[in-house]
Amino acid sequence: MADIAFDGPRGPKPRRRLSGRNIMIYGTLIVVALYYLVPLYVMVMTSLKGLPEIRLGNIFSPPVEATFQPWVKAWAEACTGLNCDGLQRGFWNSVRITVPSVLLSILIASINGYALANWKFKGAEFFFAVLMIGAFIPYQVMIYPMVILLRELGLYGSLTGLVLVHTVFGMPILTLLFRNYFATLPDELFKAARVDGTGFWGIYFRIMLPLSLPIFVVAVILQVTGIWNDFLFGVVYTKPEYYPMTVQLNNIVNTTTGVREYNVNMAATILTGLVPLLIYFVSGRLFVRGIAAGAVKG
Amino acid sequence: MMDQTQSATETSLSIKGLQLSFGAVQVLKDVNMDIRQGEFIVLLGGSGSGKSTILNCIAGLLDVSDGQIFINGRNVTWDEPKDRGIGMVFQSYALYPQMSVRGNLAFGLKNARLPRDEIAKRIGRAAGILQIEDYLDRKPAALSGGQRQRVAIGRALVRDVDLFLFDEPLSNLDAKLRAELRVEIKRLHETLGNTMVYVTHDQIEAMTLADRIALLRDGVIQQFASPEEIYRKPVNLYVAGFIGSPSMNFISGEIAGGQFRFNGRAINLDRYDGAPRDGVAILGIRPEHTDFDTGSSEAGIEAIVELQEHMGAESIIYLRLDGQRFALRTPDDTHYPEGTRLSLSFDIARASLFDPQSELRL
Repeated sequence: MADIAFDGPRGPKPRRRLSGRNIMIYGTLIVVALYYLVPLYVMVMTSLKGLPEIRLGNIFSPPVEATFQPWVKAWAEACTGLNCDGLQRGFWNSVRITVPSVLLSILIASINGYALANWKFKGAEFFFAVLMIGAFIPYQVMIYPMVILLRELGLYGSLTGLVLVHTVFGMPILTLLFRNYFATLPDELFKAARVDGTGFWGIYFRIMLPLSLPIFVVAVILQVTGIWNDFLFGVVYTKPEYYPMTVQLNNIVNTTTGVREYNVNMAATILTGLVPLLIYFVSGRLFVRGIAAGAVKG
Repeated sequence: MMDQTQSATETSLSIKGLQLSFGAVQVLKDVNMDIRQGEFIVLLGGSGSGKSTILNCIAGLLDVSDGQIFINGRNVTWDEPKDRGIGMVFQSYALYPQMSVRGNLAFGLKNARLPRDEIAKRIGRAAGILQIEDYLDRKPAALSGGQRQRVAIGRALVRDVDLFLFDEPLSNLDAKLRAELRVEIKRLHETLGNTMVYVTHDQIEAMTLADRIALLRDGVIQQFASPEEIYRKPVNLYVAGFIGSPSMNFISGEIAGGQFRFNGRAINLDRYDGAPRDGVAILGIRPEHTDFDTGSSEAGIEAIVELQEHMGAESIIYLRLDGQRFALRTPDDTHYPEGTRLSLSFDIARASLFDPQSELRL
C-alpha cells in the first residue's frame, strides 16, 4: 500500500491549441465569415471608385482615387422614375412607415400576449388559434383582399394604410412571442399584484413591462428589419410619392436607360441596408444585457 | 386596524358550500369552514388535494363555481382581491424584481392612495417586526431566500388586515431556515393575533403551527380538528396514514368479545378509546406507540428485524410481522442485527380501529 508513487497527471488538463477539433471549428468560421464579408467588401470598394476605374474590372482592388461622389449622388441626385432627388425621399418615407408600424404593432401585440397569457378570458384559446392560423397563410393570398379593404376604408395609397397593413401582418408572430414570454413570468407575481390592488393596465405597465425589456428588444429587431426591408407591401399599397426606400432602391438599380452606374448602385444599396444593420449593432448589445439582467432575478 | 368591538369568538372567515370546477373536473366539492377571529388554520394535503385552490378562492384570485365566502361577516364572494381585507404570502415570494424592498412594501399602499407619512409609518413598523430595516433599499435579487420571504410577509403585514393567507411559504427554503421561519411565523401570529390560513403539504409545519388542521383529499375536507385530535383520533384510514412519519402500521383482523384477533393472536381492547362493534376491522398502531414486550408476551406478537435507522435521539426499526412490514420507533439505541426476533406490545389506548369497508374509525 505505501508503495504507490504519487506521480502522473496533476492540476488542470493541458489543452492543445491546434487540435483537429479547433482547426475544424475555426476553419469553418473563417470560411463562412469570408463568404459573407467579401461581397460587402466589394460593394464598399466599388462605391468609392469612379466609373472609369470600375471599368478596369479589378473589383477586389481598393480605389486608387477614393471619391464620395457616388454616395452623394445616391442620397440626393439619383433618378427614380419621375423625380431626381435620390434616396432621401425614400429614406424619410421608410422612417414614416417603420416608426409608427413598429410602435403600434408592438404595443398591440404585447397587450394581446399579456391578456392571453395572464387573463384567461372566455374564448381566449379560440382567439389565439385564429391568430395562429393567420401566421401560416402566405401573405400573397391576402394582397388583393387587402387592397379592397383599404379602398373601402379610403386608405388605399396612403401611408396610414401601409402602417395598418404592417401592423396587422405583424400581429400573429408578435402576439405569439409576447404570450409565450409573459407565460414564463411567475404566475404568483401576477397574483401578488392583484392582491396589492392593481388592475389589468396597472399590472401591464408597472409589473409586466419593466420585466420584459429583452422580449421588447427582440420584437423591435424583428419588426424594424421586417418592415424596413419590406418591398411587396410598399409597392402594392402606396403610390410613388410614398414609396419606401426599398422600392426606390429597386427603381435606381433597375434603370434601363443610360449608363449603369455601379458605384451609385452600390452606395444606394449600402445606404438602404444601414438602418437594419444599425439596429442589430445597437440592440444586439442591449439584448444581451437584457438577458443577463433577467438571469440574476433568481 | 383591528376592530376592538369584535368579540374574540366572532368568526373571521366563513366558507359556505364552496365548489369549484374546471370544466368537467370538480376540484372542490362542498367545502365548509368557520374560522374564529385569531385562529391559525392549516390546510394540509397532498398535491392535487385542493388546498391551494381553497386559498386562491378565499383571496379572490379564482372565481368560485358555487358557494359563499364571508370575511369578518361581510360577503366577499364577488369582491376583488384588494377589497377583501387580506394579505397573501406566496411560495415563490413573488416580489417585484424591479422594485426595492421598500418599493415592494409600498406598492399596495400607493395603489390604495394612502398618504405618504402613513405608508412610511407602516413600512417602519413592519420592517421592525420582521427585522428587515437594514435592507429596505436593496433589490430582491440581492437578498437570500429567507430575507425574501420576510419581505413577502412584510408586504402582507403593511396592508394592516385581519386575515393572512400563506401559500406554502416555506417550501422553497432549506431545512434549517424553514425551521427558523416556522418559529417566527408562530411568534408573529402570537404578537399580531390575526387570523391566519396557511397551506402546506408538510405535516410538521401543520402540527407545530396550527390551532386547527383541515386535512384535505380530492377537494373534500377529511377532518377539521386540532393537531392533537387528528394525531390521536384520525377519523379515517387516509388521515391515519397521512399524519405521522413513518406512517401508522395497519393490521387486518377481526373484533370479537372485546378482543382484536389476527393470525391466532388476541389483543385485549379494554383500554381502547371508543366502542368498536364486532366483525372484521383494521388495527392502526403508530410506530411510537409500539414497544418491546419485556414481560411475558400477552399476545405473543413476534416480529423479525429487517432494517434499523439510527437518528441519534431515537431509532426506527423496520420489522416483518406475519409477512407484513411493520415500523417501530424507540429511544433505545441498541443495534439489532437483521433477523433478530423481537416480541412487541401495543399501546391500545392510543391505537385506532377502522372499518375496512367504510374506512371510518370505530
